Amino acid sequence: MTDMASLMEDRAAAKVISDNLRKPVDWDSPKIARNIKKRYAAERRFKMYGLVAIGIALLALCMLATSIGSKGYSAFYQTYVQLEVHFDPAVIDPDGTGDPAVIGRANFDGLIKQSLRDRFPDVTSRSDKRDLYGIVSGGASYDLRERVLENPSLIGQTRTIWLISGDDFDMLNKGYIDPTVAEGDRRLNDQEVSWYNELVEAGAVEKQFHTRFFTSGDSREPELAGIWGAAVGSFYTLLVTLALSFPIGVLAAVYLEEFAPKNRFTQIVEVNINNLAAVPSIVFGLLGLEVYLNVMHLPRSAPVVGGLTLALMTLPTIIIASRAAIKAVPPSIRQAALGLGASPVQTVTHHVLPLAMPGILTGTIIGMAQALGETAPLLMIGMVAFIVDIPGGALDPATVLPVQIYLWADSPERAFVEKTSAAIMVLLAFLVLMNGLAVYLRKKFERKW
Amino acid sequence: MKKTLAVAALMSVAVAGAAEARDQIRIVGSSTVFPFATAVAEEFGKTTSFKTPVIESTGSGGGLKLFCAGVGEQHPDITNASRRIKKSEVEKCAENGISEVTEVKVGYDGIVLSNSNAAPQLDLTKEQIFLALAKTVPSKDGKSLIDNPYSTWAEIDPSLPDVKIEVLGPPPTSGTRDAFTELVLEEACEEFPVIAALEETNKDQFKAVCAGVREDGGYVEAGENDNLIVQKLEANHDALGIFGFSFLDQNGDKLQGSLIGGVAPTFEAISAGDYPVSRSLYFYVKNAHVGTIPGIKEYLAEFTAEKAFGEEGYLADRGLIPMDAAEREAVRNAATNLSPLSM
Repeated sequence: MTDMASLMEDRAAAKVISDNLRKPVDWDSPKIARNIKKRYAAERRFKMYGLVAIGIALLALCMLATSIGSKGYSAFYQTYVQLEVHFDPAVIDPDGTGDPAVIGRANFDGLIKQSLRDRFPDVTSRSDKRDLYGIVSGGASYDLRERVLENPSLIGQTRTIWLISGDDFDMLNKGYIDPTVAEGDRRLNDQEVSWYNELVEAGAVEKQFHTRFFTSGDSREPELAGIWGAAVGSFYTLLVTLALSFPIGVLAAVYLEEFAPKNRFTQIVEVNINNLAAVPSIVFGLLGLEVYLNVMHLPRSAPVVGGLTLALMTLPTIIIASRAAIKAVPPSIRQAALGLGASPVQTVTHHVLPLAMPGILTGTIIGMAQALGETAPLLMIGMVAFIVDIPGGALDPATVLPVQIYLWADSPERAFVEKTSAAIMVLLAFLVLMNGLAVYLRKKFERKW
Repeated sequence: MKKTLAVAALMSVAVAGAAEARDQIRIVGSSTVFPFATAVAEEFGKTTSFKTPVIESTGSGGGLKLFCAGVGEQHPDITNASRRIKKSEVEKCAENGISEVTEVKVGYDGIVLSNSNAAPQLDLTKEQIFLALAKTVPSKDGKSLIDNPYSTWAEIDPSLPDVKIEVLGPPPTSGTRDAFTELVLEEACEEFPVIAALEETNKDQFKAVCAGVREDGGYVEAGENDNLIVQKLEANHDALGIFGFSFLDQNGDKLQGSLIGGVAPTFEAISAGDYPVSRSLYFYVKNAHVGTIPGIKEYLAEFTAEKAFGEEGYLADRGLIPMDAAEREAVRNAATNLSPLSM
């Protein structure tokens, strides 16, 4: 009975629908017009939301770029002071031997101090002299020594030379120290400011492009500190990371996708790989400390240990990206290869891998970029350290770019503020370069079906 | 194939390298001593034929832990500390075969309570600082302990400005925080009879009250980065910050140090011992490594030279407060003779 009733109801409903369908739609009716208008409005709103989202993202990027750029661009320039230096043979090479070892040991610092005293002869008291010597950086004497070693004929001559200035003077010249505030409240006293003004009037102060920033290692003197040591450290670290994680990651992905039987064991492996990708990086640092340093006794602070640790961190990223890329290769390619008599290994190496390569490379480079920006795991294995010498290999103590940024951000000297921002710019440039490479490789190897 | 070769080559290089003797001094330890130790290391590397030492900033406690882990080139030679080595740490060292350790006192470091130049300079006593920052304080009648009720400085003392209490300082893991707690809060809390009475009756509660810092927003943990605190103080004129003297020294055009007990944190006052919140900085040397690792003796000589930690040395330029001449002489002798520490 109830069945009958529901059947009748269904029939009635079907009749209403078919009646409606038979009726021609009146496209000009106000109801339809309203409806269409509403749909267009919804469309436009949706587009707007998208635009607003992109706008917010761009604004955030602009704010980041301008705040870093405006603080950091001045670090690419360095103040130099022009002085007349007399290359006194009595100081440099008293016996006239011309022996580079003798010249190398000479007191070039004394020469600079002498020329500063000659430039400002009315400075006599001991503390005033100390202030006076602060005009020129402590590193200038090494520049002078190199100059003389390169060209020994300078000995005995008097030359006008641009010398790198001390960090406080540099800050004054760049406008970071305000000479109008009360004397006790700034790093430079009135006398030092008057020396600066005198030198500026004489045209003996100049900003030059700061090549040293790109060529030297870390230093406690802001004007001598450079990014190169950290960049080389990052390079060796990433080299080790790549050499380990790329082959292992790709082989693991190939096996899991192409050869592994689908059973409980491979499922567990799969779940674990996905979990590992989400493990905080500091955990890998602790693992690295325990395994590489305490058990294997590899040297502390060495890029090889950093690379091994970061390889553990990048492996899951590479495996997941590679598996997705391999999965995206159409099965017809495999079937065709197998059908033509290729062995499974030949199918993979000749057909599947080359076709999956763009995806694999993109995943690898993104993993590498992540490793490039990592500091936390390196803390545990001693790469957060003050290292002056530029590492000559993967076994020398080294630090990496983000660690250098961290160390400079934590230094009391005012001049390190601009260095920090400049180092961030260098790191960002590397990241853009790596991501650009990823885009290029994808475009180059990409194949469409 | 090429890649397997590359990996194999890297591995063999790694193993060969580990077997090679270390020819570079390795230093770990305090982030407060770090800026001074690095300055000495750089000078040492430039003026001698030895390699520039590698210095890690691990914190005093972390450094001593690494330092006391054993003798041998995989362990550090020197550790910096912004406090004296503890008896338990000496024992830990001895357990691991490190029987002889030389202690070198470097100088002093002042801890300042500072605010922006645009705001009035404060003149505080240790008790007032305690009342502003502690979690539990004595009630007005001084009879019982209550949760900190003060929200402005004027509530503590009418002579202080009527602004919100907002102090930015380091987290409990920091050596600066340890020293601040010890030198200011713990000393001040003994001045309140109701807390002092606790010392006899309930030692645990006494300790908790003296070291407990409020968590209701009056004290903000601003992280280990002192530059960050400096920047926040520039932006927020009502806030005060706690950090090392060298940061005040570098930012004198933006910040001023509050007077504590009527004494301003100046170079002279800290050096003379008048400024009450200052602590000693040290480093510790593993005597067993001297002779095995080249350059340790020379590094000690560089650090304890007059041109480094002396009155007008380059460390003083970086904000280290030197000891007086007699003390420096004693430290230098101890360092040259490597006289082992006895506790």
